[in-house]
Amino acid sequence: MRKAMVCLLMAGVLVASAGCGGNVTKSGTITIKGSDTMVILGQRWAEMYMHHNAGITVQVTGGGSGTGIAALINGGTDICESSRPMKEKEREQVKKRHGKDPKEIPVALDGVAVYVHEKNPIPSISIPQLKALYTGKIADWKDLGGPAGRIVAYSRENNSGTYVYFKEHVLGNEDFAADVQTLPGTAAVVNAVSKDPASIGYGGIAYGSGIRAIPVSKDGATSPVAPSLETVQDGTYPASRELYFYTIGEPAGAAKAFIDWVLGGEGQKVCEEVGYYPLRKKS
Amino acid sequence: MSTAGPSLAGDGEAQTSRAPLAGRGRGTWADRAAAAAITAAAWTAIFSLVLIFIFIGKEAVPIFTSAEVHEEADLGRLFLPQAPKAGDPAAFAWQPVSETPKYSLLPLLVGTLKATVIAVLIAIPLAVLAALFSSEFAPTWAREVIKPAVELLAGIPSVVIGFFCLMVLADWLQGAFGWTFRLNAVTAGIGLSLAVIPIVFTVSEDAFTSVPQAYREGSVAMGASSWQTAWRVVLPAASPGVLAACVLGFGRAVGETMIVLMASGNAAVLSASPTDSIRTFSATIAAELGEVVVGSAHYHVLFFIGAFLFVLTFLTNLAGQWWVGRLQKKLQGAA
Repeated sequence: MRKAMVCLLMAGVLVASAGCGGNVTKSGTITIKGSDTMVILGQRWAEMYMHHNAGITVQVTGGGSGTGIAALINGGTDICESSRPMKEKEREQVKKRHGKDPKEIPVALDGVAVYVHEKNPIPSISIPQLKALYTGKIADWKDLGGPAGRIVAYSRENNSGTYVYFKEHVLGNEDFAADVQTLPGTAAVVNAVSKDPASIGYGGIAYGSGIRAIPVSKDGATSPVAPSLETVQDGTYPASRELYFYTIGEPAGAAKAFIDWVLGGEGQKVCEEVGYYPLRKKS
Repeated sequence: MSTAGPSLAGDGEAQTSRAPLAGRGRGTWADRAAAAAITAAAWTAIFSLVLIFIFIGKEAVPIFTSAEVHEEADLGRLFLPQAPKAGDPAAFAWQPVSETPKYSLLPLLVGTLKATVIAVLIAIPLAVLAALFSSEFAPTWAREVIKPAVELLAGIPSVVIGFFCLMVLADWLQGAFGWTFRLNAVTAGIGLSLAVIPIVFTVSEDAFTSVPQAYREGSVAMGASSWQTAWRVVLPAASPGVLAACVLGFGRAVGETMIVLMASGNAAVLSASPTDSIRTFSATIAAELGEVVVGSAHYHVLFFIGAFLFVLTFLTNLAGQWWVGRLQKKLQGAA
């Protein structure tokens, strides 16, 4: 089984600063458990929220989306963070156990761009091609419609959420090939790709000189989509996903106040600070 | 991780110059206080070394004892090829974040050795010859420029050297040789050698300068040229110090982290080619320890790597010290 990468516990003993209790009258503890990808995001939300609302304690733990969903079913957490939608079977379990349907609340967006050198002529790449490339089944640019030559693939270090996302979402949880080079940070990947015409890399949707973020198609048949805030927000860019909160039934009380804050302007700003994307503004 | 043996530096001089102190024990109060302070400082160093070793050892022990860790990793799987699933070919793979985590240390060991050997092969000849030039041939003004300049190199933070390798050196090398991988063992090895050169230079330079002037005068009086004197008399006479310098340099190269993290590509490839990307022990610890679950198999494997590195440098230093001692005895016997 895939062991949890991060398992951080926000100790509830964070001394609440004195002052007014804000707009939330009752004090309490909100527990959040789930996705490792989202643990940093959840912690930032928790820190800021606790700063503004004395008396409320938000505990965030990782463990993986599956762990979080299991905890939600067993009643071990108030909010479950998940980087994948809940499966039908899991929904039924929640319903059976608690008599209420789980409530799915998208809270942020996550997307990965694929970069090549600016002189690389290949027009686009599909998700299955990326998978074959990063698992070592394709090693030559001519298999992707480019000029013949060895592909040099760059990846992120295995402690990064981007790495995990790419591995789960693009590689279908298969292992990276051994000769895929890993670099610390999106900036290092962008820099390396900009200096090597035979290279390919992935990372946050950022722009740098010397590289080109190539359009990605879901499979060979659909038309490729270039990565941008808009295409991630409208869901057309295939290497992107929604990140969710799940609660049992409609959220209530302290949890509802917290979720409303997360979906508000201040909470959504945190998404960008941590490297994710805010949800599309609802008109 | 290379903290095991700075004590090697200057052993040669220390032993020859230690004369019995006249009137020892009759010191004033201030003398005794100073002596106590110095003793405390020395013991602090030893004490912290022991504490570090205990801590690393304690976190590495579950590799041998914990049943939970054994589900994912044990000694056999760390060093022998393993087939992740029945039917898969057995291989050496470092894939700690995976459905079935694979913790083979062999690609990392080979990567570490490749970078270290390349670094040492470049650094030792350069540094020892530079030290020989500086102490034997250079006019005073040149020596006064060379010595501080090389020693200043030791003051460059390794992250700066790593950045230089990543941004500049990798381009030059790829441009010159057309290697497929920009970041590889040679790039990292050259970067490492920049960190090793100052250490080897400084220690061997001291060793050369502490060779008694009478040796040189005797040699020249016998009709030897200055080159013959340097190569046949000064170098052998200083050989224990030079060897100690090499051992220190090796320890630095094995343990150096930032340079290899930035310049080696960090792909755990098991190959003999120096132009393939490598992943070293130290870079693996640096890259992965920050986000690992405390108490997981991965966590304990990383500490095991730390302990392994510690033992590796410790044994190298021990072997070096033994060899230095042998050389010294031989020289004293011959003198």
